[in-house]
Amino acid sequence: MKELINIIADPIFSFPIVTTLFVLMMKYYRIVGTKKFGIGALLTAIPVATWLCLDPNFRKIILWPDNIPINIIIILIAWLTWYSLYRAALNDNRLDEGLGPWEGLPENREKVWVWPNLVYTELMCIIGCTVFLVVWAIIFKAPLEEPANPTWAPNPAKAPWYFLGLQEMLVYFDPWMAGVVLPGIIVVGLIAIPYIDTNPKGNGYYTIAERPLAMWGFLFGWFVLWQYLIIVGTFLRGPNWTYYGPFEYWDFHKVVAEYNVNLSEFFWIKWLNRPMPANMFVREFFGILITIGYLFILPPAIARMKWGKKIIANVGQIRYYITIFLIIGMASLPIKMVLRWLFSLKYIIALPELELNL
Amino acid sequence: MSQERVQLNRREFFSFITVGWVAFTSAIAGLAALAFRFSYPNVNFEPEMDFIAGYPSDYEEGVDERWKNGYGVWMVRQEGKLVAFSNICTHLGCVPNWLPAELKFKCPCHGSGYYMNGINFEGPAPRPLERYKISLTPAGTIKVDKTKVYRWEKGQWDNPNSFISV
Repeated sequence: MKELINIIADPIFSFPIVTTLFVLMMKYYRIVGTKKFGIGALLTAIPVATWLCLDPNFRKIILWPDNIPINIIIILIAWLTWYSLYRAALNDNRLDEGLGPWEGLPENREKVWVWPNLVYTELMCIIGCTVFLVVWAIIFKAPLEEPANPTWAPNPAKAPWYFLGLQEMLVYFDPWMAGVVLPGIIVVGLIAIPYIDTNPKGNGYYTIAERPLAMWGFLFGWFVLWQYLIIVGTFLRGPNWTYYGPFEYWDFHKVVAEYNVNLSEFFWIKWLNRPMPANMFVREFFGILITIGYLFILPPAIARMKWGKKIIANVGQIRYYITIFLIIGMASLPIKMVLRWLFSLKYIIALPELELNL
Repeated sequence: MSQERVQLNRREFFSFITVGWVAFTSAIAGLAALAFRFSYPNVNFEPEMDFIAGYPSDYEEGVDERWKNGYGVWMVRQEGKLVAFSNICTHLGCVPNWLPAELKFKCPCHGSGYYMNGINFEGPAPRPLERYKISLTPAGTIKVDKTKVYRWEKGQWDNPNSFISV
């Protein structure tokens, strides 16, 4: 059993598994979002977590001081996800019956004074957080290390926990892409959401049925492309950023056979059986062609399809193109990860001469 | 005694204000200069950009790590050539480790791997390690100059300054 978990926790297997679980959760959210399911999941999770914690290697990685926030995050996210699905299922069932959302009921629209209701709650939260942080700081000592040395790096060298998803992304991309371009698009895209998405449905109440694209798209990015990658980066990456299963000892000398190949090498050497051309743009033209097709031909092509036509009818041309650009930007991450796992593909366009790799 | 108060006329007022303003500006400028000076360290612990790395006969076949901690340089002797590699990963600038058992340089940050000859083969590193300028002094010692780098993908590894024949 432990060997099986060690094997399937590898991103090659766990990424499709997590994606499938996400799809099932979103598809059957009316079942997941019931109290019965929630209590059942909690009752299953407690013995499973106890069994996991009996393993010394697992306990070691779980209780590493840097990883405590991730444990708290996993519990919080599980609870908040179930709770929002529960509220969404409640509302969507009401909407099916022709009733308004639960949040719109007269007793839920009642207004209260900021003082004392809000300010008092905030004071209590401040005190609670302070106590929590003080206790945490006393129990888990800050891991002070030796003075910084520019010619030495710890192994594994891990980012702070909230950047571990980004660090995991960097394994599949050039630093310019995963460090600057994609995070920039993520930040700008999140800022742009209120201006792109002017649909009033779902304002002030939980729903999934009324906003399928928005909910599926955002939650896929949030769960699979952010939280899942943080968990992989935290618990499953050991020395040399090699994959280690949750029950595996972090052996520094674990050897993983890997040889990554650029698309241009596939194209010229493997498929055409020729030497690589000297001119770098001729060498990479196939990858450049694919990228241009992905960025500039795919959006108008989708616009012709039924799905794209529907979005354009709802939000108009400009908002459609911005939305679709953000979606294909987000989709580029799982696409690139799958290509790396299946074909050891390093870069689709590799122009190290210009520091430009995709 | 006259009760009249001494009044400044307009011209005197302006000369006072000019003196005051100049004093104020110079005081601010002085403080800014002090703050600027404070942002530079008194003692610089950064390694020198060039150093003498002993004699060619000091190096055996393979990777030599004796200058890694002091200067960030690996000396690699292979196939009759002695080269000085930068120990900075070409992916995101971490410091890789030399793994003698696996015969490769491996970066702890994102798992980039390089062969002993500096060529990247695994992980996300887009290009090989950089070579530093290396030359022989008249005294027969090796001089490594880190201000000049030679990059494989630009075809600079054929440059006679990027290696010495041993």
